[in-house]
Amino acid sequence: MIMSEFWYYRESKEPEAKKFMENKPEPDYDLSYSIGERDFVNTGKASSEIKLALKRLGVDNTILRRVAIAVYEAEINVTAHSRGGNIIANIYDNCVHVVFKDNGPGMKDINQSMEPGFSTADEMIREMGFGAGLGLPNIKKNADVLHIESQEGANTFLELVIFYE
Amino acid sequence: MKLKKLLENIEATVLSQKDNIDSIEIKGGYVSDLLSDVLGNAKKGDVWMTIMKHLNVIAVASHTEVSAIIFAKNIVPEKTIIEKAEENGICLISSSLSTFELAGILFALLNSN
Repeated sequence: MIMSEFWYYRESKEPEAKKFMENKPEPDYDLSYSIGERDFVNTGKASSEIKLALKRLGVDNTILRRVAIAVYEAEINVTAHSRGGNIIANIYDNCVHVVFKDNGPGMKDINQSMEPGFSTADEMIREMGFGAGLGLPNIKKNADVLHIESQEGANTFLELVIFYE
Repeated sequence: MKLKKLLENIEATVLSQKDNIDSIEIKGGYVSDLLSDVLGNAKKGDVWMTIMKHLNVIAVASHTEVSAIIFAKNIVPEKTIIEKAEENGICLISSSLSTFELAGILFALLNSN
């Protein structure tokens, strides 16, 4: 099995983002959540609470929106496509770093999954209004850093960083 | 434009946020039943017109900060979803019109100002 990996840095944030990813400093605090397979009732909790935590820090509204959308899409991905997993949001004074780890079954080809319109969603996911193949592109659009590692038959790891300024 | 003005021009029932309805401002509209499409493209202050009524619409409306969701074709979501909307400050409206008719009326009103 070949592990596939995807990296994205927003150009305007690249120097500080790379420095952050290399150093991975200790966060001020973290928030953690577990996600159940196909639990569409509780999904969305993490994105709402992370958004609220950042709002309390005084983070700008347009940034809050980007964080909420990116985290929500990733939450939906874990809910819809995996056997469940967990989320850890590391909160810093200048950015938020959110890590998603699921329990498989992994992706065959991440680059294919990044293409708008590509989806492996089944009927149930589509009935929920998802599965149009727009989730990962939406995460990329809103994140300053996006890193994904996956392998067919194994778990998927996704981390994203969004700076407040 | 006030949401109220749109409501005067469509056959509509307000399902949540009845007390705040007079103060809601709208700037535009978006029509879609694909939630990721809405997440990627709806703007703050839009009216979101849809036939999708699953619980996930509340999170999507909250994250995109749309001003209201209008369910077309007399669609009314389950009571628990209306309660969740109330809790999250999301205004839900149900109309007998189709999304095509709703969007047409909203477009005309916004462009007549």
